[in-house]
Amino acid sequence: MNLSMRWLKEFVDIGEIAPRDFSEAMTMSGSKVELFEKEGGQVENVIVGQITAIEKHPDADKLVVCQVNVGEKSVQIVTAATNVKVGDFVPVCMDKSKLYDGTPIKKGKLRGVVSEGMFCSVAELGVTVHDFPYAIEDGIFILQDDPDLKPQVGMNILDATGINDIKVEFEITSNRPDCFSVIGLAREAAATFNKELKLHTPETKSTGKSSEGMLEVKVHEPELCPLYSAKIIENVRVKPSPLWMRERLRAMGVRPINNIVDITNYVMLEYGQPMHAFDLRFIKDGKINVRLAKDGEEITTLDGIERKLSTSNLVIADAEKPVAIAGVMGGEYSGIMDDTTTIVFESANFMGSSVRLTAKEHGMRTDASSRYEKGLDTNACLPALERACELVQLLDAGDVLDGVIIDDNSKNEPVKIKFEKDWINHFLNTSLTEEEMKVILEKIDCKIEDGFVVVPSFRPDLVHKADIAEEIARFYGYNVIPSTAISGGAQGKYSVRQKFDMKIIDTLIAQGVSEIMTYSFISPKYYNKVMMPEDHPLRNSVVISNPLGEDTSIMRTTALPSMLEILAKNYNNRNEYAYLFEIAKEYIPTTPDKLPVEKNVLTAGFYGSDVDFFKVKGICEQVLSRSGVYTYDIKADNTQFGYHPGRCAVLTVNGETLGVIGEIHPTVCENYGINKKVYCFSLNVDTMFEFADLEKHYKPLPKYPAVSRDLAVICKADIPVIELEKAIKEGTGKYLESVKLFDVYQGAPILPGMKSVAFSLTLRSAEGTLTDEMAQNAMNKALKALSKLGATLRM
Amino acid sequence: MKAKLEEIRAKAQEELSKANAIETIEELRVKYAGKKGELTAILKQMGKLSPEERPVIGQLANEVRAFIENAVDTKKKELAKLMLEKQLEEEKIDVTLPSDMTPLGHKHPLSIVLDEIKEIFIGMGFEIVEGPEVEYDYYNFEALNIPKDHPARDTQDTFYITDNIVLRTQTSPVQVRVMEKKKPPIRIISPGRVFRSDAVDATHSPLFHQIEGLVVDKDITFADLKGTLETFIKRLYGDDSVVRFRPHHFPFTEPSAEVDVQCFSCRGKGCRVCKNEGWIEILGCGMVHPKVLANCGIDPEEYSGFALGLGLERVAMRRYGVDDMRLFYENDTRFLSQF
Repeated sequence: MNLSMRWLKEFVDIGEIAPRDFSEAMTMSGSKVELFEKEGGQVENVIVGQITAIEKHPDADKLVVCQVNVGEKSVQIVTAATNVKVGDFVPVCMDKSKLYDGTPIKKGKLRGVVSEGMFCSVAELGVTVHDFPYAIEDGIFILQDDPDLKPQVGMNILDATGINDIKVEFEITSNRPDCFSVIGLAREAAATFNKELKLHTPETKSTGKSSEGMLEVKVHEPELCPLYSAKIIENVRVKPSPLWMRERLRAMGVRPINNIVDITNYVMLEYGQPMHAFDLRFIKDGKINVRLAKDGEEITTLDGIERKLSTSNLVIADAEKPVAIAGVMGGEYSGIMDDTTTIVFESANFMGSSVRLTAKEHGMRTDASSRYEKGLDTNACLPALERACELVQLLDAGDVLDGVIIDDNSKNEPVKIKFEKDWINHFLNTSLTEEEMKVILEKIDCKIEDGFVVVPSFRPDLVHKADIAEEIARFYGYNVIPSTAISGGAQGKYSVRQKFDMKIIDTLIAQGVSEIMTYSFISPKYYNKVMMPEDHPLRNSVVISNPLGEDTSIMRTTALPSMLEILAKNYNNRNEYAYLFEIAKEYIPTTPDKLPVEKNVLTAGFYGSDVDFFKVKGICEQVLSRSGVYTYDIKADNTQFGYHPGRCAVLTVNGETLGVIGEIHPTVCENYGINKKVYCFSLNVDTMFEFADLEKHYKPLPKYPAVSRDLAVICKADIPVIELEKAIKEGTGKYLESVKLFDVYQGAPILPGMKSVAFSLTLRSAEGTLTDEMAQNAMNKALKALSKLGATLRM
Repeated sequence: MKAKLEEIRAKAQEELSKANAIETIEELRVKYAGKKGELTAILKQMGKLSPEERPVIGQLANEVRAFIENAVDTKKKELAKLMLEKQLEEEKIDVTLPSDMTPLGHKHPLSIVLDEIKEIFIGMGFEIVEGPEVEYDYYNFEALNIPKDHPARDTQDTFYITDNIVLRTQTSPVQVRVMEKKKPPIRIISPGRVFRSDAVDATHSPLFHQIEGLVVDKDITFADLKGTLETFIKRLYGDDSVVRFRPHHFPFTEPSAEVDVQCFSCRGKGCRVCKNEGWIEILGCGMVHPKVLANCGIDPEEYSGFALGLGLERVAMRRYGVDDMRLFYENDTRFLSQF
């Protein structure tokens, strides 16, 4: 919301305050100023001059040489403009002057003739021909053509033309529809600066002619339109508005059009109450029906677009058809035209949510709709209507007929809130007296009556004592209220689960893996990229109904594509290697009306010359071991999408899937344009947590020495080593401390289809030093267990 | 005999002084003081001496032996010292050669800053809770005093799954979930991902992170809100930070405020960093709206509280001077390894 300081000062006398100080004070009382701006931009040293003589340029057909009186002296200006004549008052950019956009103007020669500056157009002063309708687009701004300009030679051009307002842009929050108006902001300013708010009561003089019988108004939906009022103006005289009105509209960011349109805009800006004007000729049978649109009805709005109406759209209709979409935009057909003679001024109140939905449905948010949707004050309708008619008389824009046509169904019970001084003081930690609070509340038109705060109708946001506390706080000063520490002790801590996650992260970081963060939404196409089968259950994702684009349209059921995407980006950026992980959510749909399950998953991805399957497996197992997950099964698995079928393992714990480790399928690498081997693993952190042993127990250090024995066996090549290891662990007995693989060999002299596997076993007893015999016994037991898998001692 | 002993002493001394290897010294010790050495050989002739001479010569012989052994010892130490010096000299390396670092991973900068924020709040007695990212409309909006037709919904461009399920636009729904489950006193923060349909550019992302804070107890006042947040900001930005509270509007708090910190670059004078305002907006906060408390089954007459919401990306961008939010989600290792 823009505010003209000039206009504001009509309502509150804040004197010559610096815009920065004004902005600061308003911001701190709750009306945040985004920025302020002086009109005229960088215009400098441009003054009013009067042309005293024009001669042809000696060497150029299209140039003339003008002598210009600029007050204390006369200057010579060479111009190509054709719209100047002797006697004209024009803006003269003197030597070393600047235009609106900062363009410097200097004395120079044009085809050998000295020009001591130049004349300029409206655009070069940062305004338009809408602001100055008597000026032309491609010519010099002839000042005296505008009947409201009284130019004097030598005057600063900005002062002479009134392009010297200060525009202040406010951020108005949605709870304050009243501040979308000059009066609303003036009320805030008056309260902020402790000044009187000077309101004006509009009055129209009677013309002696009544509008009775000319128009009938019937509201069919009183819920959606609590009040509809109208007045009729005859003998409309459409012309440009006077300069003062144009100035104010311009500063508020509204383009002046003609006196009638300008009046409706002016009143909307001043009161915050949108107005509309119809041509009475086009109101069939002189009947206005405020009703819901009927199925199949259409209207061409003022912007020239034909719109199909739906039955939830409130419209202003005549006896037959809609002539406006209520609170949003008028119809093209019934608008003001050059030959309009009699108009209807509408000032109505529409329900905010209805206007909001209709405007949204038709994709046209207008100045009117954006005000209505926040909920306007029904009490503003009549004063605004009266003000519009007063302006018609002031501008001599037509003859206002007596009488208001009105259908009023508004409920005007003021909101009363119990005035609880002590509660407020306690809540804010202040110690204001009742009188001090009263003073603040009265500044914003809240009255105290019989222990109640009576809220003015333009403040729909005040309903609770907490709202009253805020009003008091903001004018007392948020920063005057003390700052205290919360009383009562409290223990802050991380939960067990949070510490668990932190440990996982630390373990990964310590192993050289870096953390990434990726988007939770992906494209459904990404499932193809990772070769997920068409009928895979993970294809069923939570779908965003209004996504930004396909690439971010579904919630991922697997974080693998996100990881590969980032690995590919790093690869394309020629990063030599990347070891990355992310702990984030995967979203598994349940039923459509229930929230999805959000699984916490650790996904890690690697490429680089130092990485292979076993390094990645090692990182993964290190994470499991450090986080207390010691017992799990690892099995080869050729069914995991995205992974190399011969280089992929699935980890399970108690029959539940814990995660997957593997080399990424070469086709998937190709899909991502990575010309290197890529390895990934994923672990379900929720499952890890469920099966983790979080307690650490001290085991006494061994007192007796260990015995180390090697064991090499020959078995079928397709027996996984983990099976042999398991057999040793289960069969060797209590002296086995650890078993470690140290060699796997295939080839001569081992028969084809067989392999030699060598382990180193560490044996130890807690009771004494092991004898050779005890050790040999244990080794025999190990061998016996292995023989069940068909493994024989390698001789 | 006496002369002979003196001669041995002199010879040993001379030869030892010339020796320059441990082995030579050992040989000399054996030669003179060993079991079969010259000294022993002389002592064997002691029997030939008169009883008067014996103790004199005996004593002298012992003196010579002690002298030789002592000299051998000293010489050995001297040599060992020399050899060590030589070894040290030979082992000299160019310590300015590059180091061989074990490559460690890097935490994501957003995590680092978030950890710092968590630590500050934990220090003030807060716990950390999390909530779902795909959320019911009820928790994200309605329970927070933002009914279906509320204009505030327009300012938060929401991703919808169904009419009743959204991607949460804020971490505030966690407030409601916590209050429904737990009775006061409550002191929590809730960090997490939030989603808004903003197109990606240097300062916008459809996914970003917020940190929600909530305190509910008896007698919680606006002054407590101020004190807590001032402490937070001073811990985060330094004790010399200047903080101001500015009235604002959020549907779920009343009174509401935005908190600014004086621009670190210009100290409030106005510069490019603060867009000439002199202040930088840090977070939004307010006293929990009585209606929200009531919606969660907490009696607003008995309890009061405050809530705050803070954007993590903005804090991290300022902390590290990152000028493009996209970098956080591109995850280029050249970026990540800087933190």
